[in-house]
Amino acid sequence: MGVSYSLEGYDLSRIIFWNIGRFLLLMVAVSVVVFTLVSVSPVDPVAANVGQAALVGMSDEKRAALDAYWGRNVPLPERYLSWGSALLQGDMGTSLRFNAPVADVIANRALNSLLLMSVAWLVSGVLGFALGVLAGTHRDTFLDRAVKSYCFVLAASPTFWVALLLLIVFSVWLGWFPIGFSQPIGKSAASVTLGDALYHLALPAITLSLVGVANVALHTREKTIDVMNSPYVRFARTRGLTERQIVLRHGLRNLALPAITIQFAQIAEIFGGSVLVEQVFSYPGLGQAAVVAGIGGDVALLAGIALVSAALVFGGNALANILYGVIDPRIRKGQTHG
Amino acid sequence: MAEAVANILHVPKRNRVSNRRFMLVSVVLAAAVLIAIAICGAMLMPEAIKTDFTQKNLAPSPAHIFGTDWMGRDMLVRTIAGLSTSILVGLIAACVSSLIALILGTIAALGGRLADRIITWLIDLLMGVPHIVLLILISFALGKGFWGVTIGVALTHWASLSRVIRAEILQCRESGFVAVARRLGVSRIKIAVHHMLPYVLPQFIVGLILMFPHAILHEAAITFLGFGLSPEQPAIGIILSESMSYLSAGMWWLAVFPGLALIGIVMLFDIVGSGIRRMVDPSSAQE
Repeated sequence: MGVSYSLEGYDLSRIIFWNIGRFLLLMVAVSVVVFTLVSVSPVDPVAANVGQAALVGMSDEKRAALDAYWGRNVPLPERYLSWGSALLQGDMGTSLRFNAPVADVIANRALNSLLLMSVAWLVSGVLGFALGVLAGTHRDTFLDRAVKSYCFVLAASPTFWVALLLLIVFSVWLGWFPIGFSQPIGKSAASVTLGDALYHLALPAITLSLVGVANVALHTREKTIDVMNSPYVRFARTRGLTERQIVLRHGLRNLALPAITIQFAQIAEIFGGSVLVEQVFSYPGLGQAAVVAGIGGDVALLAGIALVSAALVFGGNALANILYGVIDPRIRKGQTHG
Repeated sequence: MAEAVANILHVPKRNRVSNRRFMLVSVVLAAAVLIAIAICGAMLMPEAIKTDFTQKNLAPSPAHIFGTDWMGRDMLVRTIAGLSTSILVGLIAACVSSLIALILGTIAALGGRLADRIITWLIDLLMGVPHIVLLILISFALGKGFWGVTIGVALTHWASLSRVIRAEILQCRESGFVAVARRLGVSRIKIAVHHMLPYVLPQFIVGLILMFPHAILHEAAITFLGFGLSPEQPAIGIILSESMSYLSAGMWWLAVFPGLALIGIVMLFDIVGSGIRRMVDPSSAQE
């Protein structure tokens, strides 16, 4: 306490510029890859959306009009260029499936998804950290074994199956939580209260948090064991500090950093998990929209969501790097030389 | 009292089997179970789609341990057939993916600075998009189905293994025995085959096996979302996504047992992989 590290030599602006450059390059690459992938698909958007039965009885003119509506006749590079230049002006195209601008659909659903993901991110981080420290300080006890097996089983479980299990137990059997949707059915959006929203958020968020715990907990446990065997902890013990004091005063500071990094790097996993969880609970977020877009051949929306997810992951990693430098003076020094 | 203490003192500490043997036995057993399930499942395929409407919607009983579904199909048979499909997808995807990892990791380590930069950037790009989103995109691009999901998984799982292989090769290249071989005038190809390959091979095999669990879980997830195997094929993802319509009717067994079976398979692969890793690495073989 009371020691202030100087920020000298830690050129924040240079790092930020460097990161912006990397971000732009990444976005261009991701957009090319994503657009190529969604465009070469043999999935016929017209057939996917009007249904096979309607397609059979359709006149040729109608078919041609629909083909034009879904942009089936325009060559790929041309489509990419028009999509890309519109994107630069902030226009992400129109979601043909939701019949609204992609940016609106994403903004609408991003709120739901971000709420879900940030709750899960925080809860799984704090819970995983606590479990990891507990297991590490009580090595080889029953507690340690319980935490370890919990993490191993969870790492082997498919997220959507855990979601199904919680749905069976809490929604079907106990009836504590609703079966799905982010708000009560039959209620208009304006009359939905915060309580309603939280109530519908609970089970998806609990699922994601439970699954997200494993990684942080196992890493923190390893680190805790390292720290508890370190010379400074041994010295603290000889000074007569209790284990509790040692963990609180010397342990937590050293353990928090790796945990934070891992949790930021975890954002890709949490996003992936949210896609599955949203699907199980019919929670109207980005993940569910991505699935709808993919099944229905809604190219613009799928590409938009992929870009947003990449930006989110990049943001998480960049934030972790910057935070790490701000908190740990040794790394800050290394960064200016490298 | 004193007698008991004396007895304890005279009993040998523990009659334990050596770690290496224990590990070997458990690895062989786990591998045998996996192969048995793969073969059984392949043979049960026709049985898995056989419907019997006199036996529909049955809760688990001795006749149908996993219960039956709304078309009277036995869930145990369906599950085993589904697991067999999963193992097949995992096998193809993990083999292809680890080959990609081997090739790219080697190029990154030995191909000069530019190659290294490009491959590192490629890895960053791959890690920059959430796996599930990338899998949806690739599967969508390939028109879904068996090959859509298999190629998707194969193309997305090589990143971390190629990093490991790159590091291993770099370490090997700096090692004394390679320097000596080079000074003795041994050809580059001979160094690669005689010194580097044996050095990298254990890591490669362990990485390959540990890729299975990821591959299988992602296959199930992507199939569950509707981008993987088609509904006629027996697959855990299909079983679970179909079960969602019947859960509110209380048919819990449709989801619970197939999921547990999938977890079992994933953990078996984990046991085999980490077991072999520990045996390969002498410093942790006795842990």
